[in-house]
Amino acid sequence: MKIVIVGDGKVGYNLTKQLSKEGHDIVVIDSNKDVLQESVETLDVMVVHGNGASLKVQKQANVANCDLLIAATSADELNMLCCIVARKLGDAHTIARVRNPEYAEQLIFLKEELGLSLTINPELAAARETFKLLQFPSFLRRDSFAKGKVEIVELILREGGLLDGQKLSELYKIAKVNVLVCAVEREGKAYIPDGNFRLQKKDKIYVTAPSNELTSLIKHLGLVTHKVREVMIIGGSRIAYYLAMRLIGAGVSVKIIEQKRERCLELAEMLPKATIIHGAGANQEVLLEEGIRETDAVVTLTDMDEENLIVSMYANHLGVPKVVTKINRTEYTEVFRDKGIDCVISPKQITANDIVRYVRAMQNTSGGSVLTLHRLVDDMVEALEFRANATTRHLGETLAQIQLKKGILIACITRYGQVIIPKGSDTIELNDTVVVVTTSDRLYKDLNDIFLDGPVPANTYGTTDPNRS
Amino acid sequence: MNYRMLAYILGYILRIQALFMLPGLAIALACGELDAVHGFFVTILLLLAVSAVSFFFKPRERHFYARDGLVIVALVWIVMSVFGALPFFISRAIPHFVDALFETVSGFTTTGASILTSVEAMPRGLLYWRSFTHWLGGMGVLVFLLAILPMAQGSGSSLHLMRAESPGPEVGKLAPKMRKTAVILYAIYCVMTLVQMLLLLLSGMPLFDSVCISFGTAGTGGFGVLNDSCVRYTFLQQNIIAVFMVLFGVNFSIYYMLLLREFSRVLFNEELRAYLGIVIAATLVIGWNTLPLFGGNFGDALHHAFFQVSSIMTTSGFATTDFNLWPELSRTILVVLMVIGASAGSTGGGIKVSRGLLLIKNARQTIRRMINPREVNLVRMDQETVGEDTLHGVNVYMTFYCLIGVVSLLIISKDNFSLESNITAVLSCLNNIGPGLGAVGPMENFSLYSNLSKLVLTMDMLFGRLEIFPMLTLLLPSIWRRASQRGKVSMV
Repeated sequence: MKIVIVGDGKVGYNLTKQLSKEGHDIVVIDSNKDVLQESVETLDVMVVHGNGASLKVQKQANVANCDLLIAATSADELNMLCCIVARKLGDAHTIARVRNPEYAEQLIFLKEELGLSLTINPELAAARETFKLLQFPSFLRRDSFAKGKVEIVELILREGGLLDGQKLSELYKIAKVNVLVCAVEREGKAYIPDGNFRLQKKDKIYVTAPSNELTSLIKHLGLVTHKVREVMIIGGSRIAYYLAMRLIGAGVSVKIIEQKRERCLELAEMLPKATIIHGAGANQEVLLEEGIRETDAVVTLTDMDEENLIVSMYANHLGVPKVVTKINRTEYTEVFRDKGIDCVISPKQITANDIVRYVRAMQNTSGGSVLTLHRLVDDMVEALEFRANATTRHLGETLAQIQLKKGILIACITRYGQVIIPKGSDTIELNDTVVVVTTSDRLYKDLNDIFLDGPVPANTYGTTDPNRS
Repeated sequence: MNYRMLAYILGYILRIQALFMLPGLAIALACGELDAVHGFFVTILLLLAVSAVSFFFKPRERHFYARDGLVIVALVWIVMSVFGALPFFISRAIPHFVDALFETVSGFTTTGASILTSVEAMPRGLLYWRSFTHWLGGMGVLVFLLAILPMAQGSGSSLHLMRAESPGPEVGKLAPKMRKTAVILYAIYCVMTLVQMLLLLLSGMPLFDSVCISFGTAGTGGFGVLNDSCVRYTFLQQNIIAVFMVLFGVNFSIYYMLLLREFSRVLFNEELRAYLGIVIAATLVIGWNTLPLFGGNFGDALHHAFFQVSSIMTTSGFATTDFNLWPELSRTILVVLMVIGASAGSTGGGIKVSRGLLLIKNARQTIRRMINPREVNLVRMDQETVGEDTLHGVNVYMTFYCLIGVVSLLIISKDNFSLESNITAVLSCLNNIGPGLGAVGPMENFSLYSNLSKLVLTMDMLFGRLEIFPMLTLLLPSIWRRASQRGKVSMV
């Protein structure tokens, strides 16, 4: 597909990388020549220098003939203008990054007026994810499917825990709820396990479970349930605002530490119920004074990754039950994963995932499109939700009969709002939504791709990674 | 350095070369030229054997950087030339390896300088191969590789290869995907070559001649199949060749713009205008200047002037007449055209029209700044500001261009030919033209020079075709140092 991306910043670059890897023809527009140079040398894309909202530049990038325009510059107004121009030029789908909270409310009718196919707000999305994590602090991450009815949650196995050394089939007896382990991360590698898989301490497991049974799952697995009643947020960024709104709404008390006095005033005005502290978040004295020892959770949301990491490590050191770290540079995940930083959110990654899902859905012509897409285990595993339609094969056959491609697992089937954690005797019926877990070296765009007799989807990388067998 | 990737790409190139030698082998077989068959057969086996070794070097990491790109391109061209010379050498058609190498490099670099005293005495299979090297070298073998080989998807590394191989101060993509860009370039190239072949065939040229001459024109090389280049072809055939030479000297992105119907961009393209302007002006002046030689027949004079101007300017080097005998003004114009060369992004050589334009514009801005030091001005080309890096690159390029020229001139002067011959010999090789003046005039050849001089000129051709920098990086020791010796250190 032909895609034009305006804005080669954090989100833009990450998107470009992801989408070009999936084989799309991409033109990147930016007004900074240096970042364009960087992109053209590391990614197989074409670049156009200039203001993305100008007609001349859009013509140069051939927007008239493209399928999708994504405006991801740092300015909301520019992004919207880009999309308007693009709509005038051709009939491309348009996605705009709009993140100003003041615009957020009017987005619904703005979308119509501006002809936007999708608006993305990375900060809002990041706040949403963080909030979900704070709801159930035992989980390192939560990804929801089937309109929130099903979730894949990430758990880490502590030493001497109930599950250490158990076979997966045992787990299902212990858990007492209907769950399925769909992926395991061990020493930086991803496994898609079967019933005989034996768990070890320090494994990170990804469990599929119906959302309403998460509480009992935690109880049966003997995980300490610790409800978050007080959250300390370091850094008063936009995410902090969105997050605080939600937390306050859920009755959690929020304390925000922000360095800039003016921002503190703004926050105090917008969030009357939150405690706003003017002080340096990286300053140990300030943290101790504000009671980091006593708080239930710490969320680090400053603009500096380094500061976030250091404060998170310190919070872990002090034994804060739940620490969430915002990190922009996700390249270095492998370094800090072992340092106790395992609950990480990255706005650009969340955004990229949202858009990749949209693009895959656009590409899909048969209608059995990707409803939801989540990447697990450092992007090594993908969990995709499809809807089974008339073109889907093997409808009505039991799963035991259907042969799937290697490295694929059906994690969940939802039928008329009812969640089925599948066994060999279950079937896929028309209009079911199916969550499929797979190692992400192939591009699955259609439910039929997963069947052994289905079409072979394109390789994502052009090479085989030796880490994946 | 990503040595494994280097080995991997080299292996591919050798296999491609083996494949491309098959038509030569077939022609040699059909003509019953046993020596040539032997030469091709042994070379193809050697190519396959050596390329098989590269199977042991599967690249672990397909990503590579600018310096790897430069080194890969330079080495590929050297290795390709050495293997390409083998059929000539093994078949004993060219008994000395230095000569065979000179001839092959001259082919791949689209120079067209020859050491053969009699072209017609060569076996046809080898003549075909000689002309085909022009065609492959014209657009570049790595660009061909990029068109057929799926590199790591989504990675921009391949741009480094194209940048190092394609001529011009700024190399960009035509399409978002490198592979598509390479395919577009080769598609335009193939179609234009085929059209020329067809036209030549229709004009009554024998099939073998039209194929070889088209290859020579497309790559702007200049190897013919007759001893006296294009003298014996008809007026019409010469004109077809002349027009196609001019066409192949145009930046190929112009053709892509035409395909996209962006006519205004083509019309106002500064390089294209300058290029065509120079061709027309030079043709008119030479036509007027050589009028007496053609007995006052302006049509004839103009015809030969046009052929020669397009042949020299695009750095092809075909000849319809011995321009060595022309008046000084015309000869000097031709030498100037040799240096200017064709357009960037074409198959021609020389310093390129766009580079010349940038040099002049930059010089003008510098002078203006001397007069008015506070003035802020930028160099523009096609209504776009040219980056400092590009201008800097052009200046450095010119410095090295002159340096290499002077050093080569000094070395080959030891052979004691006239200054005119030596200067034009160096210029002709460095700019990938072929013929020069004096002892290396269009009806002469380079066989007079000593082996040392031939090697120097061979290097000049490679320097000229790859635009200096890739070859230069090979001489940097830091390139060859292993990036890290960590493995060994930790074992101690």
